[in-house]
Amino acid sequence: MPENQNQNPEAGLPISKIRAGKVSKYTIPHFVAPLDETPLQGVDAVKETGKPLSMWAEAWRSLRKRPLFIISALLIIVVIAIATIPGLFTSVDPTSCYLEFSNEGPSSGHPMGYNFQGCDVYARAIHGTRASLMVGIFTTIFVVLIGGTIGALAGFYGGWLDTILARLGDIFFALPMVLGAIIVMQLPAFRDNKSVWTVIVTLAIFGWPQVARITRGAVLEARDADFVKASRALGLSRGKSLLKHVIPNAMAPVIVVATVNLGVYIVAEATLSFLGLGLPFEVMSWGNDISSAQSQLRNNPMMLMWPALFLSVTVLSFIMLGDAVRDALDPKSRKGN
Amino acid sequence: MVQNSEPKPLLEIKDLAITFSTPDGPVNAVRNANLTVMPGETVAIVGESGSGKSTTALAAIGLLPSNGEVSAGQILFDGEDISKASEKRFVELRGNHIGMVPQDPMSNLNPVWKIGFQVKETLKANGLAGSNPKQRVAQVLADAGLPDPETRMNQYPHEFSGGMRQRALIAIGLACRPRLLIADEPTSALDVTVQQQILDHLDTMTSELGTAVLLITHDLGLAAERAEKVIVMYKGQVVESGPALELLRNPQHPYTKRLINSAPSLAAQRGDKHEMAVDEVVAEKSEPLLKISNLTKVFDIRKGFGRKEKFTAVDKVSFEIPKGTTTAVVGESGSGKSTIAQMVLNLLDATSGDIVFDGQAIGKLSERELFKYRRRVQPIFQDPYGSLDPMYSIYRTIEEPLRIHGIGNQASREKKVKELLGQVSMPASTMHRFPNELSGGQRQRIAIARALALQPEMIVCDEAVSALDVLVQAQVLELLDELQRELGLTYLFITHDLAVVRQIADNVCVMEHGKLVEQGTVDEIFENAKSDYTRNLLSAIPGASLI
Amino acid sequence: MLAFTLKRFLQLIPVFIGATLLVYFLVFATPGDPISALSGGKPMTPAVESALRAQYNLDQPFWVQYGLYLKNLVTLDLGMSFSGQEVRDLLARAFPVTARLAVMALAIEAVFGIFFGVIAGMRKGKAFDSTVLILSLIVIAIPTFVLGFVLQFVVGVKLEWAKPTVSGGATWGELILPAVVLGLVSFAYVLRLTRTSIIENKQADYVRTATAKGLSRGRVINVHILRNSLIPVVTFLGADLGSLMGGAIVTEGIFNVPGVGNLLYRAILKGETPTVVAVVGVLVIVFVLANLIVDMLYALLDPRIRYA
Repeated sequence: MPENQNQNPEAGLPISKIRAGKVSKYTIPHFVAPLDETPLQGVDAVKETGKPLSMWAEAWRSLRKRPLFIISALLIIVVIAIATIPGLFTSVDPTSCYLEFSNEGPSSGHPMGYNFQGCDVYARAIHGTRASLMVGIFTTIFVVLIGGTIGALAGFYGGWLDTILARLGDIFFALPMVLGAIIVMQLPAFRDNKSVWTVIVTLAIFGWPQVARITRGAVLEARDADFVKASRALGLSRGKSLLKHVIPNAMAPVIVVATVNLGVYIVAEATLSFLGLGLPFEVMSWGNDISSAQSQLRNNPMMLMWPALFLSVTVLSFIMLGDAVRDALDPKSRKGN
Repeated sequence: MVQNSEPKPLLEIKDLAITFSTPDGPVNAVRNANLTVMPGETVAIVGESGSGKSTTALAAIGLLPSNGEVSAGQILFDGEDISKASEKRFVELRGNHIGMVPQDPMSNLNPVWKIGFQVKETLKANGLAGSNPKQRVAQVLADAGLPDPETRMNQYPHEFSGGMRQRALIAIGLACRPRLLIADEPTSALDVTVQQQILDHLDTMTSELGTAVLLITHDLGLAAERAEKVIVMYKGQVVESGPALELLRNPQHPYTKRLINSAPSLAAQRGDKHEMAVDEVVAEKSEPLLKISNLTKVFDIRKGFGRKEKFTAVDKVSFEIPKGTTTAVVGESGSGKSTIAQMVLNLLDATSGDIVFDGQAIGKLSERELFKYRRRVQPIFQDPYGSLDPMYSIYRTIEEPLRIHGIGNQASREKKVKELLGQVSMPASTMHRFPNELSGGQRQRIAIARALALQPEMIVCDEAVSALDVLVQAQVLELLDELQRELGLTYLFITHDLAVVRQIADNVCVMEHGKLVEQGTVDEIFENAKSDYTRNLLSAIPGASLI
Repeated sequence: MLAFTLKRFLQLIPVFIGATLLVYFLVFATPGDPISALSGGKPMTPAVESALRAQYNLDQPFWVQYGLYLKNLVTLDLGMSFSGQEVRDLLARAFPVTARLAVMALAIEAVFGIFFGVIAGMRKGKAFDSTVLILSLIVIAIPTFVLGFVLQFVVGVKLEWAKPTVSGGATWGELILPAVVLGLVSFAYVLRLTRTSIIENKQADYVRTATAKGLSRGRVINVHILRNSLIPVVTFLGADLGSLMGGAIVTEGIFNVPGVGNLLYRAILKGETPTVVAVVGVLVIVFVLANLIVDMLYALLDPRIRYA
């Protein structure tokens, strides 16, 4: 603290002047407002009108009026519906492909035409939703559990634990997620056992430091709040005050980042699949479809565009949701940029 | 209104109305405000937060927030109506015609520019930098009372203390010799002794330059002492205005009367005291509930590269608090007073020394004994916005201590919560609300209710009323006093505000730089202070010699 | 400032060691034999196998292996690729291409991101701001490889404004299109970050005080709002240099740019584990150095940091 080193110029000076008030050389009229104009109100009376609202309820109220939120929420509901019951959206079997239809354009019952192998592009896109969404959701869950726990412990207990965890985070930060994931996914152990779960584990390994950092920051802020001190003075143990007071108050930025990241993980999975290092080829996924469409880009660009559109809209809806939630929770917040 | 024979007013605000557009519709922040500032005169606007005092002043320099606008009336500066003036006109006026000294010295200097640069650009913008701007900057800083300006101008704001930053801001505000200076709570973030010196200096400078000052303050005592004329604002309206001393001695409007009765700085001078003082004889006889002896706390400050520096926050402090009385620990920022509170609450371990509560040394308590101790000693903290968990409803907040200590069942706890709300004069319906729906004073009352839930014997109030407006502050102090009489509570009252002490305390400990400089009863301290430091603190209370 | 730089540099050493150790551990200590990976799973004679083991020090204990790897990395002795070329020579050819690509991408995102971000921030809530915000979300949502293909197809194949792929020389002109693709997502982030930062600083007390001093609006914006708002943006840009190197894998693949990303990707496909580890090690050095530069820039821009 450099401030302490500066000698305080105010300290130790004698109080010289006796302040006796000032008298103006002008005549100043004494004005008193009529009482009925500004009636006196009780000091600090409690407003008893209006419904009581918690912070979350208030955020929800502002959220549900935002067009960004409404659009993204509806899209997400549709995407989840597609992922759980793809049969509702198409009756075409995405695996029954006929080479005679190869690269054919749209026809009745096949609104997006066929790919090179003669499979229905629309049916494949619909059935490919589940893999992407699973990767997004489960990676987010793991990342929040691991990163959230580590970040919360580091922020709350501080000291050597914080130092070690911060350095560990730095180390993982030195490897960008996609690069790290590429290295891991080409390892024999992963390459030979490719599945949705290996992708999830890989992304979680490189995704947690970001969430840990944000949780740590939020916990650090909440930790020093007076209500945490008060809860300790009430007799709550350190661990319990972390669980009951600090973490609930540190949730907001983590929720925002988790929502946005869900989209980012879907992109990462698609990128890995596109590079041939993500989901196994048998698993129907947007990334795989885009990857196999690239060789046909010049003949049949729409074969690439359709799965890309599904992918982008899904990712966009999660990112928009995160953005709307951030605005609703704290208009001034800029955490997690 | 001003008579024709007198010179023209410098600033005249006529029937001013200011409206803010908010998501919930337009809000009238100021209505029918009238005021005049004569050349060279100091006029103070006094009011609580939300009274519209700052908004009125900001309108006069064209700095209303973007959602606010002058919706009616006139602001005449030197005869020219600037209420609807263009941004270009305001750029011409600001600096060399109308200057400003803002409230918070910590946030009003740009952290990434050197102090000298920030002064120099003021001079340049108003064409007053001259041929040797460096020398002018040093001169301006020296005029504002900053020692060693040549070195200081090459430093960044974070290298300055709060008082020094405020001096730099005063230098900036007066650098271009404006005819009107708007001083918006220029010292409310500073310690009283620093506040006094800064205001003295501002006084001297403005009278030398002949600058008129529009002083915005919440402190009536300070206003009366510094201004010729006082304007009292309440709920966006001017309720009373007139010569400072007359207004203070002969208030007419009930709101002004209320304000004068509650202002601690004035009450301190009148020697107002709560009724507890009558029982002082009893208090002296009773056993000390808390005994602090040779209490010391040393912090390690990390200096990078593994270097550590020791900082003694509390240095061999000893005092006792008799049962059922209030002991105030007073000191300026950095005096170590809050560290004592944290140690008494066992939130911090003492480096050495003893804290003995009811015959038990609390440093050596086992986990279980500590849990029992917590039940007997409860805190109330300063920041009413930080001391309640925003996620907890008021019911959960007050119920939490009962639940932690396993007291009663669901039904009895609810009954108890209602009872506690009644004790702090809050309607029982409040229990379904959340802290963000309550005002600062109401939150502080909830914090008191929570502290009372376990029927403690002692309450540690750490700056518990410092963040509140005067009227609300008086109300909370009265509540604390009532509760003490009803329940026989013992208070350890930590505060920087000596004026408040007189209203609440029986005994006073004055601290400076971690050391106890003086202790005694309230009367001893106020009427016959022995140390220079205490006398300085006392005389720095604004309005000291006015009533 | 010197002490600060030194301190940050020293702090980066454990990060560097940790990150390389992490990569090395992942590659050599996970189940699966790197030697059989070397041969692509084909059977080989014990003599060849043990020769390979010796070449990559796999007959040594893990810590010795790692120590040798680190030593080789620092002395830039990166070993040979399967095709018998020095990895160092391959990198020496590829690195300038990727550096050019990354610098161009960085310039694009910085210039356009800051420009549009400042305008959006200054006009918060207006039509321009809302449009730019939505567009930036869309840009973030579209994966780089999709963007790459679309731009390659539209600009390169259909409109023929640029060559869809890059020649061996990878000139500045040829790299414009890949650089746009590489920088586009970060451009959206820079834009949003600049915007929030501007909005926050616009409301800062010191900006009001600067206005009250009589400064012109232009000066308030340039000297007080912009300078302070750019601090987090510069930090982001520096850190982004690292992720651009990572993102180059995809972009370079699409446009056939002969850069580090391409080199790495091919090595991965061929299962050339030692090459992968060597190249990634060099990339980690680049990231760590980029971090150091960010820290120093930060300290340069924000005097408060220097004393922290």
